[in-house]
Amino acid sequence: MILVYVDHDRGEIDPISLQAISAATALDPDVQAVIVGHGGKDLAGEIAAFGATAVHAGHHADLLDFTPRAHARAVHSLIEKTSPRAVLAGGTPRGNEVLSHVAALMDAPFASECVSIVLTGADSADIVRARWAGNMLEEAVVLAPVLIASVQAHSFAAVAAAAPLSLAEFDVPLAEGDVLVRVEDRVGSSAGGVGLAEAKVVVSGGRGMDGPDAFSMLEDIAGVLGGAVGCSRVVTSAGWRPHAEQVGQTGTKVAPDLYIACGISGATQHIAGCKSSKTLIAINTDAQAPIMGFADYVVVDNVHTFLPLLIEKLKSAN
Amino acid sequence: MEIAVCIKRVPLLGSAIVLTPDSMAIDTSKLGFGLSPHEECAVEAAVQLVEANGGSVTLFSMGHVDGEEQIREQLAIGADRAVLIDTNGVEPDPQAAASALAEAISAEDTTFDLVIMGSESADYGGSQTGIRVAHKLGLPVVTSVKGLKIEGGVATCERAVGSTREVYTVALPAVITVKDGLNIPRYASVPGRMKARKKSVDIKQVTFAEPRITTKKFTIPEREAKGATSLGSGDEAAAALVDVLKQIGVLT
Ligand SMILES: Cc1cc2nc3c(=O)[nH]c(=O)nc-3n(C[C@H](O)[C@H](O)[C@H](O)COP(=O)(O)OP(=O)(O)OC[C@H]3O[C@@H](n4cnc5c(N)ncnc54)[C@H](O)[C@@H]3O)c2cc1C
Ligand SMILES: Nc1ncnc2c1ncn2[C@@H]1O[C@H](COP(=O)(O)O)[C@@H](O)[C@H]1O
Repeated sequence: MILVYVDHDRGEIDPISLQAISAATALDPDVQAVIVGHGGKDLAGEIAAFGATAVHAGHHADLLDFTPRAHARAVHSLIEKTSPRAVLAGGTPRGNEVLSHVAALMDAPFASECVSIVLTGADSADIVRARWAGNMLEEAVVLAPVLIASVQAHSFAAVAAAAPLSLAEFDVPLAEGDVLVRVEDRVGSSAGGVGLAEAKVVVSGGRGMDGPDAFSMLEDIAGVLGGAVGCSRVVTSAGWRPHAEQVGQTGTKVAPDLYIACGISGATQHIAGCKSSKTLIAINTDAQAPIMGFADYVVVDNVHTFLPLLIEKLKSAN
Repeated sequence: MEIAVCIKRVPLLGSAIVLTPDSMAIDTSKLGFGLSPHEECAVEAAVQLVEANGGSVTLFSMGHVDGEEQIREQLAIGADRAVLIDTNGVEPDPQAAASALAEAISAEDTTFDLVIMGSESADYGGSQTGIRVAHKLGLPVVTSVKGLKIEGGVATCERAVGSTREVYTVALPAVITVKDGLNIPRYASVPGRMKARKKSVDIKQVTFAEPRITTKKFTIPEREAKGATSLGSGDEAAAALVDVLKQIGVLT
């Protein structure tokens, strides 16, 4: 049996968790899900629709919002009760956090960000995991009677595979310190502007923009195309734009229909954040810049003279 | 306030990763080294807290002894001293790495109020060392922090989730793992560099437990050769670009 930790944010299932269920189904048809916290059990039907043969919903009066170590305690208690061969979760901040706690509680290895998992024996598995945000892959052997692993986002497709709903509720046996760290409040609004991660068009600027002022041109273009502005780390380190706009390994990973890179060289850590863009257009004075090798279309020109021309054409075409 | 910060030396990659012929490592013969931006922010946060509250910052780094150069860089921005755990060319798995770091932190005479780490390392990206260190030290841990305030012995931490931020509070001592964007790390000044030369870097040896995760080899994922279409430059390119936008349906 494979146990999958399903993350939900106040009743909304994280889609990467469903990808983890599908990854588990390929290892063993007996996949059981564990979901913790307020509203979790209401999601059992949705989880069963992806092939979980049983859904374990853990609850406790103290678990209203996300509480990482308590969620790990719930998973750990189920591992002891049900003896799965493996425990999987989505490779998201929360998925990795909960499984790290589980692994620490068990003093067991945890293979994060896997793109392939093969169980080879009673306590061995061959895995392939992402390093350098996916720019490099590691083939490794994990020795553990219960494999603990997360799956890298979007490396497995979530496949609907209706299983009859079988819901079991359980009380989470909290230990001291399990609820010390939990979400206590949420600030900031989700309204207004196109969020970078979800934007269909991202217009991004790098060092070649030469300062914060030229970014108003990128805002204009994003405005016409209904997109969001992004940038490279050079730009956020210089304080030209807020970090929320940084694309890359340590910024946001985007997958828009269109990514326009203006004055960005194309370092691996930047590419890690935009390589899933459907179409990439690069505008750069240097025809040999690495970004040109990733692009579908390239313009070899100076952003300061070219972007005004583009804006003019866009405005008259619109 | 006594603060420990864990930093890891990693190669500064260019536009492509080149492996050694046996595929067991990155060929670093032509590369420089640095830190992950997450960890640069960790050091900056620690230095700011000590500037405001007094105390000291101790760095812990495990890896090649040549990492002393990257450690001195961080001593130059204001950390006070460092412990370098020499791995003798072995890459420990995350369990062994966390044990060695936790042991080194506990072995100090100083009792730390705060341990700051990166949310994930640039190269390994295990996303777990901070949590494992917290369990070993018996401390609570808040991860992926992008906003941090400490008042009256309590840390208020913000973590970005989509376009909102989750707020956590935790009483010190605690472990906090941080992300790029927490602050803008400063550059080392010339006087800072001069002072850093005199700061102490203790080198320690360790032996690791048998690894439970063993690397067999590395591969570089194939990148599809796109064969970019050149749109030229100037006015003509602007018109061609507008046509492309119409073709792919982002402009109607
Ligand atoms: C562990 C790690 C994580 C990192 N994470 C990230 C990350 O998340 N995101 C990120 O972006 N970076 C990240 N970096 C930094 C990354 O390695 C690069 O330093 C950075 O992406 C370079 O930014 P850039 O392309 O804007 O600048 P540069 O590399 O300096 O490139 C500027 C480009 O602009 C072109 N140019 C100059 N003038 C003009 C002009 N007038 N018109 C047109 N083109 C012009 C130049 O030809 C050049 O190609 C990370 C680094 C490390 C070590
Ligand atoms: N070899 C190391 N030396 C010092 N700190 C480390 C080392 N490995 C991991 N860390 C710390 O643990 C964090 C998370 O690493 P990881 O679990 O590999 O993603 C890093 O950002 C560092 O702060």
